[in-house]
Amino acid sequence: MANSLFEEKLNSGEFIVTTEVGPPKSVDVSEVVHHIKLLKDKVDAINITDHQSSVMRFPSIGGCLLVKELGGEPILQMTCRDRNRLALQAELLLAYSRDIKNVLCLTGDSVDVGDHKEAKPVFDLDSVQLIKMIRTLESGTDMGGNELGAAPKFCIGATVHPEADFIEPQLIKFDKKVNAGAQFLQTQGIFELASLRRFMQYASQFNIKILAGLIVLSSAGMARYMNNNVPGIIISQAIIDEMASVEKGKGLQKGIEIATRMIKTIKEENLCHGVHIMAVGNESIVPDILEAAELVSTPG
Amino acid sequence: MIVAEQKSLEEIRRMIAPYPRVLILGCGTCMTVCNAGGESEVSFLHNSLRLAEVRSGDGIHTFTEHTVKRQCDPEFLETLSEKTIDVDVILSLGCGIGVQAIAEYLGDIPVLPGVNTSFMGMTKESGVWDERCAACGECRLEDTGGICPITRCTKGILNGPCAGSKNGKCEANKDVDCAWILIYKRLERLQQLDKMRRYYSPRNFRAIPRPRRILSKVEIATGESDG
Ligand code: SF4
Ligand code: SF4
Repeated sequence: MANSLFEEKLNSGEFIVTTEVGPPKSVDVSEVVHHIKLLKDKVDAINITDHQSSVMRFPSIGGCLLVKELGGEPILQMTCRDRNRLALQAELLLAYSRDIKNVLCLTGDSVDVGDHKEAKPVFDLDSVQLIKMIRTLESGTDMGGNELGAAPKFCIGATVHPEADFIEPQLIKFDKKVNAGAQFLQTQGIFELASLRRFMQYASQFNIKILAGLIVLSSAGMARYMNNNVPGIIISQAIIDEMASVEKGKGLQKGIEIATRMIKTIKEENLCHGVHIMAVGNESIVPDILEAAELVSTPG
Repeated sequence: MIVAEQKSLEEIRRMIAPYPRVLILGCGTCMTVCNAGGESEVSFLHNSLRLAEVRSGDGIHTFTEHTVKRQCDPEFLETLSEKTIDVDVILSLGCGIGVQAIAEYLGDIPVLPGVNTSFMGMTKESGVWDERCAACGECRLEDTGGICPITRCTKGILNGPCAGSKNGKCEANKDVDCAWILIYKRLERLQQLDKMRRYYSPRNFRAIPRPRRILSKVEIATGESDG
């Protein structure tokens, strides 16, 4: 039996749509609430980022609780950067007890790219070990080998980078994530469908759902900035040129157009099992993309 | 070896301010090799401190200098008692271990650290030292093609590269090689990629309850071969 609404959807064989919302550096969550309300009925699940780019913010678990309160389906993003194994396990117990059952396991960006560069980087576990740890909790014991009163059960996701400039070691890591027990993979932002096609040729041998990550660009400048400063982002020159071809102020519109075009192709060609839309700060335009790409999704 | 950098003249002057008679104590091993606190650095620092005092016009200090073979080994500290008779403070240019060994050996004289002990590393080229080992206590170089992921990967992760690696460089620093790309390439060359495909469980940090102590496992013959 499926363990969460999202897992049910993963198993349904239908095209899956997820998106992400980034919590604020604030105790005022009104904007996040607004975004969640806007998106919760239009996508299958909403990822809440975990101090994205190592910038301190309202936590992922807090955002997931808001999604639950508002009647949506959350995906808890969990990085290994800030918590040791005790804290990670404890947070998973909390998540499960509040009916947050989808977890995306990430190693986490380096502390050096964020806004607290002098912080102690934890990395007690890596992403593969985190997946294994969750499967251990599910079996009824914690990492110390002690019995749990009652065990949780999660739907586990991870990430993969099909456009990495050196793909072989990334594929080895992908294998390890699948073997450790990942059920779905959300890719890093993809800008060339050729790399997704290549990756899917490899990935289709595994029993795992792949959601293509799509970043909605808002200007050529943003694309260049992300290329140089955001770990794991490789935006092709063709896309940067396309972004630069429009007049000032029309960038986001172009970004929406590119994302829509890619989603349509992915769906038409049945390239992978779904998409994960990352609008980085422009969450309110996600419904426009879904509409333009003729993706009207009903959760559950 | 242990690699360190000498502290700034300013910081050293602030530390020694209360003590008129200063012994600048060098170390003849690691600190000599990494140019942070060997005999020549001791003499250079001595001159710089004297000059700074003359310039500022408030000189109350007298300096002496001495360098032992290894500050971290009591065997080489026996000469110290005589060197410290008329001394108010020792400014050690040994690593953090040297400073503590001296402090333990001479209970009554304060010892100040003249260098910032940075890492364990190797000489890359003349004047360049690179960190290579974090003394994790469970060496895994067999599985990683002789390249240490704990030291050379910013995150110290064990199951392959993160997604941030680009052009073979680390996401945290574009001038630094991604350890996991190096490991992959080396294992490929050695035809040992199966080692990278293996799952590595989380590190056992209990291998390092601090402070650690290692007892020699070799029987040392004492007293019999004298002469
Ligand atoms: S694995 Fe790395 S840190 Fe550990 S002992 Fe070996 S070289 Fe040192
Ligand atoms: S880029 Fe490479 S060296 Fe840097 S943190 Fe990631 S895996 Fe480690």
